[in-house]
Amino acid sequence: MKVFSKLLSILALTLALAAGVHAEDATNTVAAAASTNAAPAGPVADPLGYPPGLNAGNEQDLQWPVPAKTLENLAMTNAPAQLYAKPTMDELIQNVAHNKVSINVMWTLITGFLVMFMQAGFALVETGLCRAKSASHVMATNFMIYALGMLGFYVCGFGLMFGGYYQGPVAIGWEPTLGQGLQLLNKEFSINIAGHACGLFGYTGFFLGNSVLDTAVFTLFLFQMVFMDTTATIPTGAMAERWNFGNFVIYGFWVGALPYAIFGNWVWGGGWLAQLGYNFGLGHGHVDFAGSSVVHMCGGMLSIAGAAVIGPRLGKYGPDGKPRPIPGHNIVYVILGTFILAFGWFGFNPGSTLAGTDNHISIVAVNTMLASATGALATYVVMMVKFGKPDPSMLCNGMLAGLVAITAPCAFVSSMGACIIGAVAGVLVVFSVFFVEGTMKLDDPVGAISVHGVNGAWGVLSLGLFSNGSYGAGWNGVHKLLKDGVVKIIINDGPSSVAEYNKLTGSGWADQGVTGLFGTLFGAGYNDASQFIAQCVGTLTCAVFVISVGFVWFKLSNIIIPIRSKREDEIGGLDLPEMGVEAYPDYQLTDKSSPPVH
Amino acid sequence: MKKIEAIIKPFKLEEVKDALHDVGVEGMTVSEVKGFGRQKGHTEIYRGSEYTVDFLPKIKIEVVLPDAKIPDAVGAIIKAAKTGKIGDGKIFVTKIDEVIRIRTEEHGEAAV
Repeated sequence: MKVFSKLLSILALTLALAAGVHAEDATNTVAAAASTNAAPAGPVADPLGYPPGLNAGNEQDLQWPVPAKTLENLAMTNAPAQLYAKPTMDELIQNVAHNKVSINVMWTLITGFLVMFMQAGFALVETGLCRAKSASHVMATNFMIYALGMLGFYVCGFGLMFGGYYQGPVAIGWEPTLGQGLQLLNKEFSINIAGHACGLFGYTGFFLGNSVLDTAVFTLFLFQMVFMDTTATIPTGAMAERWNFGNFVIYGFWVGALPYAIFGNWVWGGGWLAQLGYNFGLGHGHVDFAGSSVVHMCGGMLSIAGAAVIGPRLGKYGPDGKPRPIPGHNIVYVILGTFILAFGWFGFNPGSTLAGTDNHISIVAVNTMLASATGALATYVVMMVKFGKPDPSMLCNGMLAGLVAITAPCAFVSSMGACIIGAVAGVLVVFSVFFVEGTMKLDDPVGAISVHGVNGAWGVLSLGLFSNGSYGAGWNGVHKLLKDGVVKIIINDGPSSVAEYNKLTGSGWADQGVTGLFGTLFGAGYNDASQFIAQCVGTLTCAVFVISVGFVWFKLSNIIIPIRSKREDEIGGLDLPEMGVEAYPDYQLTDKSSPPVH
Repeated sequence: MKKIEAIIKPFKLEEVKDALHDVGVEGMTVSEVKGFGRQKGHTEIYRGSEYTVDFLPKIKIEVVLPDAKIPDAVGAIIKAAKTGKIGDGKIFVTKIDEVIRIRTEEHGEAAV
């Protein structure tokens, strides 16, 4: 009876609202008549019996989406009130656990959405740093990479990268943050090296098939997909203004499907780089929190291969071999894009906990913003000392360099460590830009190689230097226990190790987080040189592997579809010949920034 | 009839326009132009490499007037556009053979 009266009052309220909407509609006599019977004008009492906004939840709210009680015939809206009994302890546990996973899923999805928006930042930065005559083309590469890379990742990239996720080395007591559904990702192809299984790639989850149909897996897919897209879009900057669009399209599909996924498996999918500590005693294995190596260095190395194969833009190098500047056409885009990227990085780094319930996200976020600030400032100082003017395009590179560098170590270093890492990155990026252009003779219009490649490497190496042991205990299945200056290593390889771990931690041994070579300078209990070695192995592997496969790919794909745009198209601008529409049709383009072509 | 072509600094356009108006000039044509003179532009640095900014932005004003009004107009432009610094611009005065107003097909000074 109580429920029925509630329903009745809801009905009256609905009719009153409808009457309000239609009050001026003279033909709507039914509604007009109803309004005479409804509640008087003004605030209407809440039909549920308590003031609006004070519903903080009660046992009734525990019924959905996961019912605490699985009573039969329990309809949501009209069940008798007495069915909503006080939940039992088990039911509470189930609901609390559900909430925890929900918060993690929501956090991971929202940060994934932020990272997706970084595509807009990349598009603006790269287009702004190129010439107006090819702006439509550069925007289009940055746009289509989202679709192409995503589908490549969907077809096989995700399966190769994360198919063996659940088999990777993990800390004692670790549970997948996004829910137990991640147990479905349990197939890793490994080879045996010196008696140790070393993972090479996963082999389930292709096309997100029914074998992995679970919210946890889909959440992971979304988050990792947008990361992959970041890698994929980096070479579009280094190869801009001369990349034949057809060749770019097949590249976009390939990059999401293969090279990124393979290297990513080695670091994040539980592959052999992650197992370096577990198998060979090198620190916690190659550690990369949010992707300095997996995402950025990978993109930077692909950029090196691509820029080398495609060659410099016409006129970039004079007859004397000296680089000639080709100023970008819109610094406003560049700075706006940089801000969008810096904003997206709050998804990139803090999101990489895959857990909103891991409050470490605040430390990760603060470290991220600090490094971006010192990166921009350090670049400013270097540019002022060297040239007397800051050059906003370099300032933007400086901020991005700081962000790229802090991406790997953001969870493991102190705030001071983050500031140092960002500042070093801001200096590195300037000299790297000059080196890539002047010495390596690679034409990189946007500085992608310097920002992402060089500082990606610096980021993972800095993790091996400055990590202070405050986070990441048991990372990649390696526990480093410290007592009175002595370190004991426990590998999580079965019940006996768990018993040993419990015994030691019970007797005063403290589990240490990821620690670097100079960890004690930043508050760690000891220094871990082996961690730095693991970082070096990972960095070297990334450089050798990604440059090699990138070089082979660009050479091979060049046979199928020429990688280089036609000479006359490039000189006149790629917009009309390749895209069919100019970016700025209403303006007369003077092309004053193009040097003479020899 | 003569035509005055004046190349001036862009930010001086408003002052020159007002000055010409004050001496009775009723119409003019203005273009955004670029160029360089004896100073040959200046050098800047973009991403570590030096380059020359050869062409500096200027405004070109074109006015056609009866001969009698030319000295006043030239004087007004000089007075308004002068800063005394390099790059103030130049004034060219040329003879005009014929002027035709398209709407009425008037010829000569009546069309100016």
